[in-house]
Amino acid sequence: MDHLSFDCDCTYASGFRLEARFTAGTGVTALFGPSGSGKSTVLALIAGLLRPARGVISLGDRTLTDTSARVHLPPEHRRVGLLFQNHCLLPHLSVRGNLEYGMKRRSSGRFRFDEIVGILELRDVLARQPHELSGGQKQRVALGRALLSGPELLMLDEPFSGLDEPLQERILEYLRRVLSEYQIPTLLVTHTPAHVHQLAGRVIHLDAGRVVATGSPEEVPGPRPGRS
Amino acid sequence: MLTLQELDAIRLSMIVGATAVAGSLPFGIALGWLLARYSFPGKTIVETLLNLPLVLPPVVTGYLLLATLGRQGWLGGLLDRTFGIRFVFDWKGAAVAAAVVSFPLMVRAIRLAFAAIDHQLEQAARTLGASRIDAFMTVSLPLARPGIVAGCVLAFARSMGEFGATIMIAGNIPGMTQTIPLYIYEQLSVPGGLEASRRIVIVSVVIAAAALMAGEYLDRRGRLRLRAD
Repeated sequence: MDHLSFDCDCTYASGFRLEARFTAGTGVTALFGPSGSGKSTVLALIAGLLRPARGVISLGDRTLTDTSARVHLPPEHRRVGLLFQNHCLLPHLSVRGNLEYGMKRRSSGRFRFDEIVGILELRDVLARQPHELSGGQKQRVALGRALLSGPELLMLDEPFSGLDEPLQERILEYLRRVLSEYQIPTLLVTHTPAHVHQLAGRVIHLDAGRVVATGSPEEVPGPRPGRS
Repeated sequence: MLTLQELDAIRLSMIVGATAVAGSLPFGIALGWLLARYSFPGKTIVETLLNLPLVLPPVVTGYLLLATLGRQGWLGGLLDRTFGIRFVFDWKGAAVAAAVVSFPLMVRAIRLAFAAIDHQLEQAARTLGASRIDAFMTVSLPLARPGIVAGCVLAFARSMGEFGATIMIAGNIPGMTQTIPLYIYEQLSVPGGLEASRRIVIVSVVIAAAALMAGEYLDRRGRLRLRAD
């Protein structure tokens, strides 16, 4: 069953044109492609941080964007959790303050603070400031913060970038734990085939702003194991 | 010991400086934010008008204020008739003059502070459920605080030293509009004034240095607290 439907066309000042159409189900869908293929742009459009020139984006039974009907829900009303590539933790708030930021603004009975803190093993760092955390801890806080805002779709923008291999393994383990515990529809942006195979049930292969293939990780030519 | 007239001049300088900063701060934050975050038609004209008091002779600024806020001026006449508020030969006129000449310094510091904030932090707040205003109040404003404090301190120090525009609009009335620079100016026009001004000159230097040091301390403490992620 399709949970997310995306059909957008827009050209940016840099000359880059995104013209993509795809759907995603309730599991983990990987948005795979080389750098500059438009993956992060797709996430920004779904999150409402960018407006398409033309397009329709819907999530469940809600229309997030529909340019012909002049619908553009602001980011705060989309219920889309975005894990930014560089964490984007609020530096003036403690870890607890960061985790509670979204929770205080959106009520969600599904994700409980203590539970998330337990699963992501953040209890010992709740009082710390973001600059006192390691890369892996920052990533876990950012993930916890996104979950606690009660999203109907979780979007992970290159969650392993900048982490060394052992740390990637650990973050992968936390992600698996969270995704199996909450069964939350997820869009994973990555350019690493191994991560597609480890997490995703379906792949959308994006290149130069266009969808070039969709299917299971085994079917889509780009993310075949072995290529990184 | 300081004389009563000297104490009056110091008190008045502090009141004028504090009023100028408090009165212009909301506008400084709004303009700093606007200039740091948005491009709009006429931005260059706004920037030119904003920075004009930095390069205009203070007496010219005073003349323009007098022409606008005097009883014959369009704004001064309106405020006088409607609310009974007068600026000419009044400490409020000195505060407006101080605010106008120090405003560019305040906005420059605040603008730089807003420009230095990673725009993605505000975007992250929006995806977490914060409205545009909420994100501004809970993310941008706290993160810009060191710059805002620095802007306030600079503006206060500049206000304390304001002379040309102040004497044009507020005159030099002891106890009413005579600030520290005006007091020193008056002393220098009488025999032995150079000697007599020594105490208040020292006080003036101490106040300005203390303001700058306090600003530097608060700025450093703020930056440490807000160290980048």
